[in-house]
Amino acid sequence: MMSQGILLFIEQRDGVLNRTSYEAMVAAQGIASATGEKLSAVVLGKSIAGVASEVAAKKLEAVHTVEDDKLAEYTSDGYVAASKQVIENLAPRFVILSHTYQVRDFAPKLAAAFGKTFVTDCVGFRGEGDDVVFTRQIFQGKINTDVRVTGTPPIFASFQAGSYRADKVEAGETAAPVTPLEIDLSNVQIRTQAEEKFQEAKQAVDLSQAPLIVAVGRGIKSQENIEIVQKLAEAMGAEIAASRPICDNEWLPMDRQIGSSGQTVSPKLYLAVGISGAIQHVVGMKNAQTIVAINKDAEAPIFDIADYGIVGDLFEIVPALTAEITRVKSGE
Amino acid sequence: MNIVVCLKQVPKKDSILRIGPDQKWIDERDISYEMSEADAYALEEALRQKEKHGGEVIVISLGPERVRQSIKEALAKGADRAIHLHDPIFDTAADAPAIARSLAAALKDEKCDLIFTGLQSDDYGFAQVGLILAEQLGLPSATIVMEVQPEEGAVRVKRELESGWFQWVRLPMPALLTIQSGINQLRYATLKGIMAAKKKEIREVKAADAGLTADDLKPAQVIERAYLPEKTKRTEFIEGKPADAAAKLVEKLRFDARVI
Repeated sequence: MMSQGILLFIEQRDGVLNRTSYEAMVAAQGIASATGEKLSAVVLGKSIAGVASEVAAKKLEAVHTVEDDKLAEYTSDGYVAASKQVIENLAPRFVILSHTYQVRDFAPKLAAAFGKTFVTDCVGFRGEGDDVVFTRQIFQGKINTDVRVTGTPPIFASFQAGSYRADKVEAGETAAPVTPLEIDLSNVQIRTQAEEKFQEAKQAVDLSQAPLIVAVGRGIKSQENIEIVQKLAEAMGAEIAASRPICDNEWLPMDRQIGSSGQTVSPKLYLAVGISGAIQHVVGMKNAQTIVAINKDAEAPIFDIADYGIVGDLFEIVPALTAEITRVKSGE
Repeated sequence: MNIVVCLKQVPKKDSILRIGPDQKWIDERDISYEMSEADAYALEEALRQKEKHGGEVIVISLGPERVRQSIKEALAKGADRAIHLHDPIFDTAADAPAIARSLAAALKDEKCDLIFTGLQSDDYGFAQVGLILAEQLGLPSATIVMEVQPEEGAVRVKRELESGWFQWVRLPMPALLTIQSGINQLRYATLKGIMAAKKKEIREVKAADAGLTADDLKPAQVIERAYLPEKTKRTEFIEGKPADAAAKLVEKLRFDARVI
């Protein structure tokens, strides 16, 4: 069978669609118009009719559903086996996913089961004839690369959260047909046993409501030095936050962490001190109204999204800034 | 309990990266290297498991001569022996399937209970090598692991999900786990460890030893061009001595951005 079309994997949990699936759909709709390939989507799980009909309202040719008791709870083994049958059945030229933690857990095995390469965590693409060149970042967002896949289809690619806007999804003129796919998981052995999901310590601090945030990163070097940033935050009346390495070291509590594994914030002002701007951090704060970065490295990716930047030694700049804020405030 | 740890050596975190002359990779001149961060945590977790439950920690790494430095660091920290995939052919293995194929071939005859990798490398960031390796060796896997509890014939692990959620998952051993940064506190090598490491085995594996040819390792994913990302915002850089820069910044934030 000749490989054709684009197959988008929709992620859902307990019948609720993961919004990053729509972001990936924007990319997939773009690839469809660049290549002339037809777009369809597939939803895996149990009791997914609601998600399937929601997806069917978008601009695509078809929505396939795969329902099985073995897919009620996510497992790597179940998803690899089911997805493999879906792809064998539909023979798509492109397989598109959103780069969620769940996709990271099964999709590399899926691509490997076909002996194919997988272009992960893309932030963009461009069409070239009927070919596609993907853009992905290396060195944690410091460098972009244009990547081409050689060899026979399917071409597997996942898109990073936030690289496309979900509200740009094109709606369809009429609802796409929803068709169940027959697959057989009776011989599939699910080797992992998953327990209930849980949240660790109740999030004591809700940073999402803070208008001013001063965040500290690896550049602070040691726990004792956190104090100078704390003083700045106090002078400004801001909440203190941190990038992951700071919380991993327990220099600040986990509930102060911003980024993909922590909180997502959009304050009026985000002042990043000694934060290089690894993508895992940036996804949690890039929607701040005004971003200020203080960093010794002028090439740090945080400056790609900063409105104001000071390149220099934070150990000199932060105390000077605290003094200036205190001076200005006392004058009011 | 025997644990294999896959290590990758990458440019140091604070390296100033420039685009190389072929515009397909970074300029590697003047770069110094270190163990990729998540791999360092994977190694630390393996050493802690060994200290609790006994057994052997074997590290494996693919790359040129310089990689030996990270291998020696792992041995100095307490790993028992090492495998170095060292061959010009391996250096062409530039996508995740090619790297995983090489590791799988070299590990074919190792009897181990667990394989650890970091969740992703700090250079390519594929986040795939471990899982492809698991697929090739037929092992169950769990990613982004924050805690490891071995049980009889099985391992119970705490997986990190998104937005502060977690989940415990039980897998039969042997299994492959990708380890999240920050799962533990990293140790430093002691002088005693460094001395002991000198006597530990580093087995060199050539591509031919692993039954691999250049064709087997040809990447199917090729970087056509590497470049600095375009800025999405125009950053206004504020210069001057610290006190002057601070004063200028505060003025901008008060009167231009009006956020304080």
